[in-house]
Amino acid sequence: MTPGDLAGFALTALARHRLRTSLSLLGVAIGVAAVVLLTSLGEGARRYVTGQFAGLGSNLLILIPGRNETTGAFPGVGGVANDLTLEDARALQSRLAGVQVLAPISMGNETVAHRERRRQVVVIGATHEFLEARQLRMGRGQFLPRAELDRGGQQTVIGATLARELFPGESPLGRVVRIGDWRMRVIGVLEPLGTQLGMDIGDMAIVPLATGMRMFNRSSLFRILIKTHSHEEMDAACHRAVAILTERHDEEDVTCITQESVVSSLSTILTILTLALGGIAAISLSVAGIGIMNVMLVSVSERTREVGLQRAVGAHSRQILAVFLAEAVLLSTFGGLAGLLLGWVGIRVLVVVYPVFPAATPAWAAAAAIATSIAVGALFGVLPARRATRLDPVAALAGH
Amino acid sequence: MIELDHVSRIYVMGEQELRALDDVSEEIRSGEYVAVMGPSGSGKSTMLNILGCLDRPSAGRYRLDGEDVGELSEDEISSVRRHKIGFVFQTFHLVPRLSAEENVAFPMVFAGIPRAERRRRVAAALEDVGLGNRARHRPSELSGGERQRVAIARATVMHPQVLLADEPTGNLDSRSGRQVMDLIERMNADGLTLLVVTHDPAVAARAERVLVMEDGRIAARIRGDELAARPIPAAEPAP
Repeated sequence: MTPGDLAGFALTALARHRLRTSLSLLGVAIGVAAVVLLTSLGEGARRYVTGQFAGLGSNLLILIPGRNETTGAFPGVGGVANDLTLEDARALQSRLAGVQVLAPISMGNETVAHRERRRQVVVIGATHEFLEARQLRMGRGQFLPRAELDRGGQQTVIGATLARELFPGESPLGRVVRIGDWRMRVIGVLEPLGTQLGMDIGDMAIVPLATGMRMFNRSSLFRILIKTHSHEEMDAACHRAVAILTERHDEEDVTCITQESVVSSLSTILTILTLALGGIAAISLSVAGIGIMNVMLVSVSERTREVGLQRAVGAHSRQILAVFLAEAVLLSTFGGLAGLLLGWVGIRVLVVVYPVFPAATPAWAAAAAIATSIAVGALFGVLPARRATRLDPVAALAGH
Repeated sequence: MIELDHVSRIYVMGEQELRALDDVSEEIRSGEYVAVMGPSGSGKSTMLNILGCLDRPSAGRYRLDGEDVGELSEDEISSVRRHKIGFVFQTFHLVPRLSAEENVAFPMVFAGIPRAERRRRVAAALEDVGLGNRARHRPSELSGGERQRVAIARATVMHPQVLLADEPTGNLDSRSGRQVMDLIERMNADGLTLLVVTHDPAVAARAERVLVMEDGRIAARIRGDELAARPIPAAEPAP
């Protein structure tokens, strides 16, 4: 018999019990939709997080105090041997050739206030180079002027959100705000660029590096950003920077990370997470498989006489097996396709409700979900189909 | 054509042994028309199942067309049924969800006959049983006589050598019953070996030979035209 004959038999049999067919189809559809939706969420999370890091700029190196022996985990967490200091930054400035910009930063949390309006924000102590290193753009006014590293100042550049909160309906340029105990003059407002690394660019204040360090009462730097001229120079610059600092500290106690290394390790972690989510969702597919098995067992016992007739007209065992297997596989395949559609609709809805979240179905997940649903049909259809082939022809014709 | 050589079929039910067929030897020639009569439980159906290769003898040998069926594998037996034997049942056994033409095509689907060839043979077979205009009807839309004629078309569409009919008129009124018998007798006249199990002496009387079964044995062998003169004591009224 041809595949067309098998499909025709299966279709007429399935069409005869519409409710039963559609219910077990729904079971598979929900399983597949769960796989599609959960992996899409995982993939969305991966894209979101890696997108955040990609916003850092592609030729950026970050020097972080502390040595991390393993790669992949977040450096800078755990024991810190030597701090990075202004002297380290100066040494790099003079000895690290070929870099485009070098931007040491300090960081703290402070309350920024104007009259009775106050707002707790991230304050970054930075130099003129920070603007270029982090690829920020000015909305209004000026960024911090070029200056020696240890030269403080009373100027500040604030984010767009902060500006709107503190100075509703008026221009903050030239106005004085209090940052902690410090009085600072606003010389510029950053262009709103959204969130990077969980830090809202709009909701922060930037002050001169030395002033920031005094403000936060720190003698050390938070990290040093280095931007190279080209992508190819990154590795070399990384090695040289670490070598220079190792020489100064007498031990290798800084870590150089690139945006790429962070992105790729996070991407790996989140892909594994997505796989795990897909695996969990696949459990519901196996439940759907049991539903198919149930339906097929009923189908076989209802059609005992038909099996007897198939025997009487000379059908071979494997043909009878094929007839019932085809039915189970067709059922699960339709369920899988319906599930894909359901999942796709779900993602469309999600994208409309949360436009920021880049939910997307990975192609492998859709393919795996369909393949799994077909396999589930075959797997759970075998037992009922074998039962049909084992029926005694005489008894089957008599209907028992 | 058909040779039964000391064939027994024994069912073991717990301690008890039931000899449904007890040492039966019989020969049926090609093209012959044989009726089998006897009370319920006399072994008629068991014999028919063995002749149709749906069941195997517990002892003895069954040769069909010179071939010892007992030595064949399961798949080979399926092929014997497919090509040499047609079944007609008392309850028709049509597949309810399939149309008349699909029911007739049923054996050819499993035999792997191409679609175009199938269509041609289905049309011819339905025409042959006088149901050319009923091809697309479901069994539920057909009368009993029409259903049995569809079943006969299905049983003969593979051009078997033997037609085994188990009470083919049992569920039909006398007029439809006569039509059905006319039909299969016409096929017998064209060379088809015909074996009919029946309760109806009027049906049996038209056969060349009548085998009368009793307790798993062939109790008597009578010529059909002698049946009217010699009533059968064990025969029971048609249901």
